Amino acid sequence: MLNAERRKTILLLIPVFLILGGYVLYPALRTALESIHKNGVFSLQNYSDFFGAKAKANFEALWNSVWISLASVFFSACIGLPLAYIFNRYDFPGRKFFAGIAIMPIVLPSLVGVMAFMFLYGEAGLIPNAIKDIFNLKNVPFSIGGISGILLVHAYTMYPYFYMTSSSALGNIDPSLEEAASNLGASKFKVFWKVTFPLLTPGLVAAALLVFMVSMASFSAPFLLAGGFRVLSLQIYFSKINGDLEMAATQSVILSMVSISFLLFMRWYQSRKDYRMASKGIGAHRSEVNNPLLKWVMVSIGILAMIVLLLPHATLLILSLVPDGAWTWQTYPQSFNFENFILLFEDPYIWEPVKNSLIMAFLACIGVFIFGIFTSYALVKRKFFGKNLLDILVMIPWALPATVVGMNMILAFNTPSPFSFGKVLVGTFWILPLAYFVRFLPLVVRSTNAVLEQLDDSIEEAAQNLGAKWFYTFRKVVLPIIMPGVLSGTLLAFVQAVGEFPTSVLLYTIGNRPISIEIMNQLRMFNIGQAAAYGMIQVGLIAIVMFISSKFLGVKAEKSLG
Amino acid sequence: MSIVHLETITKRFGDVTAVKELDLLIKEGEFFTFLGPSGCGKTTTLRMIAGFYYPTEGIVKFNERNMTTVSPENRNTGMVFQNYALFPHMTVFENVAFGLKVRKLSKEIIKEKVEDVLKKVRLEQYIDRQVSQLSGGQQQRVALARAIVIEPDILLLDEPLSNLDARLRDEMRTEILRLQQEYKITTIYVTHDQVEALTMSDRIAVFSHGVCQQVGTPTEIYNEPINDFVAEFIGETNLLSIDYVSKTPDLHSYQLCELDCKVEVKNDGANIAAYDQTDKLSMSIRPEAVIVSEKSLEGLNVFKGIVKIVQFTGAAVHTYVELNETVLIESTNLNKGPATYLNVGNEVYVQFPAEQIRVIPEMKKI
Repeated sequence: MLNAERRKTILLLIPVFLILGGYVLYPALRTALESIHKNGVFSLQNYSDFFGAKAKANFEALWNSVWISLASVFFSACIGLPLAYIFNRYDFPGRKFFAGIAIMPIVLPSLVGVMAFMFLYGEAGLIPNAIKDIFNLKNVPFSIGGISGILLVHAYTMYPYFYMTSSSALGNIDPSLEEAASNLGASKFKVFWKVTFPLLTPGLVAAALLVFMVSMASFSAPFLLAGGFRVLSLQIYFSKINGDLEMAATQSVILSMVSISFLLFMRWYQSRKDYRMASKGIGAHRSEVNNPLLKWVMVSIGILAMIVLLLPHATLLILSLVPDGAWTWQTYPQSFNFENFILLFEDPYIWEPVKNSLIMAFLACIGVFIFGIFTSYALVKRKFFGKNLLDILVMIPWALPATVVGMNMILAFNTPSPFSFGKVLVGTFWILPLAYFVRFLPLVVRSTNAVLEQLDDSIEEAAQNLGAKWFYTFRKVVLPIIMPGVLSGTLLAFVQAVGEFPTSVLLYTIGNRPISIEIMNQLRMFNIGQAAAYGMIQVGLIAIVMFISSKFLGVKAEKSLG
Repeated sequence: MSIVHLETITKRFGDVTAVKELDLLIKEGEFFTFLGPSGCGKTTTLRMIAGFYYPTEGIVKFNERNMTTVSPENRNTGMVFQNYALFPHMTVFENVAFGLKVRKLSKEIIKEKVEDVLKKVRLEQYIDRQVSQLSGGQQQRVALARAIVIEPDILLLDEPLSNLDARLRDEMRTEILRLQQEYKITTIYVTHDQVEALTMSDRIAVFSHGVCQQVGTPTEIYNEPINDFVAEFIGETNLLSIDYVSKTPDLHSYQLCELDCKVEVKNDGANIAAYDQTDKLSMSIRPEAVIVSEKSLEGLNVFKGIVKIVQFTGAAVHTYVELNETVLIESTNLNKGPATYLNVGNEVYVQFPAEQIRVIPEMKKI
């Protein structure tokens, strides 16, 4: 029997599946199809080229991507986990402040962050040169570049995943569990290894998988720092630039397979283990550090760590104040003023990329906002056949590296298709907002899912019982309750779209070049100050969004990243 | 106000039958209770009346109107949810006014009605509060007011008191009864708490495993249970398995399986439930009907035993007497002072008065 409920579900699902099919599944299939064609004829030549001896570079790039990612997981864990443990379990002066600083790397968009690192620790970087001058050395004592640079940037930008997941897991552990273990005679060490650590493992594994995926997909760091070092995400870009779309598609397929298998593994792992705390009302318990020596050691380490963490931000700020042409051969910049910022608002040509980015991110976010709400509602509140499929479809753009999303867009929309209303989208303004929409849809769906899952079904039933029709209930009851979660997700998507680099570099045109592309151009012209000023705009936007989220929407900054 | 008529309702979820062939007629203005352990189908039945589930088979009628597949918003029932389901983003006023706004009443009338009902549940001073600022009992009363204010044909209450502490529960029990009597709404109340069911209801339906076992007034259910499940679920009882032996016009005689002696039961409909040849039989006797004495007792059904436990609860004293290794009999007496308490280890006489025993068959398994 097709009752009213079923009809509503189907009406809801038709647009959801149409859009996901058209803009997620179809492009991915086009890429897969392209990869098994050579010069327009069906062939597995591309794959045998990839793994064969002929193009050793490809296999090397895959291998490099994998081990760089494993190393990134290791270093991020080594920083994130101890930091989380110390901040959650010990109380010392300034703890809260330091804990707040610890998540600062997430306000640095990747491209901008890499740029700051280059000018901090690179060959001509401020730190190595400062050390050289202070100690009167002949050469710079160290400088990052290539592998070391990529790893350092990865560790810096990705440790917050470990830090945040372990913090929240530690906060959720019922202190009485550890007390029970102590009470039964376990030593402190034993309590940690036998009780606390096993309870943390689900979160840690999730964080490890996440960092692995993010670093497999990482584009900006290798792009600016790799030198001759090859990684797969970058190879895709080079293949595309060289016009070998078929090889680019093959590389995309292989990189996607790695990422999607990790996504599936993660889903399986999370469904397998569930250590939800049985007890309610968890109170924090922190041991106060009483030993004055230890206390001050901890505080000084905290201050030192804070300086290291904020140096990139500070560098960015300083660079943005250096006017064009004022820093050429000197070791340190000589003069500072607001010229770059003034130009930004006075020179329409310089302002244009900012305007482009804001408009395109805004368009993408309107779509993501509306579509995200309905998709998430269908996923959480409706029962239907094929729900798992929908769930995976929504999560695919999240698992796919940005470069692959970009390639998918190119291959799907460089010919007319029904989903682009019979037009070629590549090379037009609309391809970038569409790419941003696909890329950041999962983010909004996930944040909306989180709030919708909190919403008990009986709330909707109560409204219905009182006589409200479905749409009225949705408008007056469901939407107002979930709005904070949806908005915070959308705002986050907005700032990320403004800073998005990998898909932009594959899809931009002169007419719609966004900020990140302009940063790249300015860097090429050694106009560092202007590039940094663009970066500051992004940092400022992110800071504003985080402030709004935590102040008005009651969403913790840590959570919004999830 | 409405009559609710359920005609051979069956509800299946996949392979699981949640409610099986249920026939019920709930009268106008009646306070009717669905009682049973969790998973017995009582909430499923309530949700079919509210329209959140549609029965797999059978018909739901309000008065003479077939409501089987009418959607919930068109049924005009008022439901109070177990977790209250108050809209967290609205004030008390907005919550209560929700159903009236949906009905497109004018602002003045809404205001008047909301204020009126909040006065009835004694919450008028909290009208502008956010619901999160209210205590559990107050939230409960908002939920009640919200359901009543729309003047529903049927009031549906799904374990409304289970989240409250004992004292508040007593208070809300009287409150709900008072409101129900004032508005004279047909009320269906779901609970697993037999005290709630016995004290509040006009009639009770006892559910087990998706089947309605018995429908009756509280006294019928308590005094004349139709099978061992009902006898055990409502109130305390001593249940012993028996076999039929013989009968006279006045008395039926049964063999007590675990004691290897006979028990005589008065031949009366109130003492002997309907059963057929194949049924396994039990006798049930309530603890307050069991007579325990240190002196030897006259009459039928007297057994010897040893006092094992004496439990003092304030108003009453429970005495547990062991008749043999497998049979422990509970007896309850009102507290008449320390002199009347029995001592553990003493030998005593136990009597099951023939007119207080109820012979019942085992519950039919499905």
